[in-house]
Amino acid sequence: MTLDVAIAAAKVLFSLFLALQVMGLGVFFERKVSALIQNRIGANRAAIFGFAGLGLVNTLVADPIKFLLKEDITPAEADRLLHFVAPCASLVPALATFAVVPFGDVLEVGGRMINLQGAELNVGLLFVLAMASLGVYGVVLGGWASNNRWSLLGGIRGSAQMISYEIAMGLALIGVVLTYNTLDLQEIARAQGHLLWGWVPAWGILYQPLAFVIFLVAGIAESKRIPFDLPESESELVSGYFTEYSGAKHLMFMMSDFVEVVLVAALVTTLFFGGWQVPYLGRDGFHFPWGAALALPSLAVAIVQVTAFALKMIAFTWLQIVIRWTLPRFRYDQLMRLGWKGLLPLSLANVMVSALLVLLAERGA
Amino acid sequence: MPPTAPLTWYLGLSAALFAIGAVGVLIRRNVIVIFMAIELMLNAVNLTFVALARSLGSMDGQVIVFFVMTVAAAEAAVGLAIIIALFRNRETTNADELVTLRW
Amino acid sequence: MSVPVFLVLAALLVAAALTVVTHPSPVYSACALVLTLFLLSVFFVGLDAQLVAALQVIVYAGAIVVLFLFVIMLLNLTQTEPHPTGGAPLVAVAVGGGVAVVTLVASALRRVTAPSTPGLPAGFGETAALARRLFTAYLLPFELTSVLLLVAIVGAVGLAKRRP
Repeated sequence: MTLDVAIAAAKVLFSLFLALQVMGLGVFFERKVSALIQNRIGANRAAIFGFAGLGLVNTLVADPIKFLLKEDITPAEADRLLHFVAPCASLVPALATFAVVPFGDVLEVGGRMINLQGAELNVGLLFVLAMASLGVYGVVLGGWASNNRWSLLGGIRGSAQMISYEIAMGLALIGVVLTYNTLDLQEIARAQGHLLWGWVPAWGILYQPLAFVIFLVAGIAESKRIPFDLPESESELVSGYFTEYSGAKHLMFMMSDFVEVVLVAALVTTLFFGGWQVPYLGRDGFHFPWGAALALPSLAVAIVQVTAFALKMIAFTWLQIVIRWTLPRFRYDQLMRLGWKGLLPLSLANVMVSALLVLLAERGA
Repeated sequence: MPPTAPLTWYLGLSAALFAIGAVGVLIRRNVIVIFMAIELMLNAVNLTFVALARSLGSMDGQVIVFFVMTVAAAEAAVGLAIIIALFRNRETTNADELVTLRW
Repeated sequence: MSVPVFLVLAALLVAAALTVVTHPSPVYSACALVLTLFLLSVFFVGLDAQLVAALQVIVYAGAIVVLFLFVIMLLNLTQTEPHPTGGAPLVAVAVGGGVAVVTLVASALRRVTAPSTPGLPAGFGETAALARRLFTAYLLPFELTSVLLLVAIVGAVGLAKRRP
């Protein structure tokens, strides 16, 4: 009984650890990739004993220390309790979603098969949508509790944007659910392991390409990244809904931004790119289509799978960062028009076509 | 096996929530908070349905909860639209002042 | 759900519900309502109703209360009210009535013996089980609620539109 609890706690802590490490890398990439795109070098001055590590020390050591040591200001007429709670309300749902993201297949330890997923819910995808819905409160309460007109405007705009794109995100996911017949993310990842025509891994992108595009766009809009960052547009609303936040609370808001980037990357890899699947890698080793096989112990297989998952997450985090530093910002009405008149009908059409194809495939089989 | 909470405790908790919601509707003056108390009453009934569904082993209770949630969503949308329209005309959300339909 | 977990969560739930009903600021009432709905979702998980619990968070806590907060901020009703409740006699009678009802129900429940719980079928509370009941025995109400939602959307937009 306690062993079960300890194993579950270890799995959750590991998935959180993975998420936060990739988030840290994401912050570093943000600095360096933006610098490369803009033909400059980026921050690289902070150094420990002369070791500056290309700016790693600056981004991952100096910046957090700076944020944590800054003075924590609460505006005069602001609502103290909600001003304190809003950053937490923004960060906690984003981190909690990582509990249902699978980071490996199974690990066999002492005759016991451990499913490498933090929480084995049979309504995993709905849990993801539920946490996305709860993320709205951090934005709207943070905007209101600052007692600042521009924060309130940024907060209302941000939450309106988030609830609009939540709908397109959910409907895109219905296409995925129709294809795999389950809401459990681990089962979806496992189902992408078999091979089409003997050698093509059956990843989700081959079955639901439109859902991938809709989900990626809606996910970027959910996390309020450029090109959808009007709620926090630096040139127009000062800092939008987190203008009046300083020090550790500001750090929490920024963290929740990057955690959501990593979350969208993790979900896209799990649903559309096989998650932890490495092509031709089964539970007992590699089985290549040309006949060769390589047997591997369970621990090695698990390590390869977790590494593959982490690399895929990093790739999609990098993609979102490049998108951020390349595209200009959407105007608010263009943003809402895209969400309601563009993505929503497209995702509905995707659901109908997917349902029709699933029905035909079942009739034909 | 640790002892599980008996069904009657869930029903009692649901009755308490319903009573709190009903008292809220009676004593508050702000129409939005009255509306929130109505949602609280609906949720108390949801708890009753889910507890009884499990006790009787039938999924019908959960299906009814699904419908209650849908109807509550529709009702919240229309009710808040009414409040917005009312506020635009009367500039108040105090239930004591919205008395035009009374004779 | 085990007894100590139930008692702790029930105490939190009643405290949150009382905050909804008594706090003078509407924004705090809305936040307390979110907490109440989330705790109810936890109760649903403990009662083997996982799909309903997820829907409770998505629909109720994540959409309906956000709508409440939007209306509160749109109409700028965020000020703390100086006199949130009606007069003292009304409050006394209402609270007395509420306490009387709860006492009545509690005493009736004490005299009742709960039916013996049959073994739950496999997959109770999961999506497939709910869907099976929903699309067979409850198909007509399902279609009617979709029409109801359409009517509600059209009605809400029509009511809240600004007349030019």
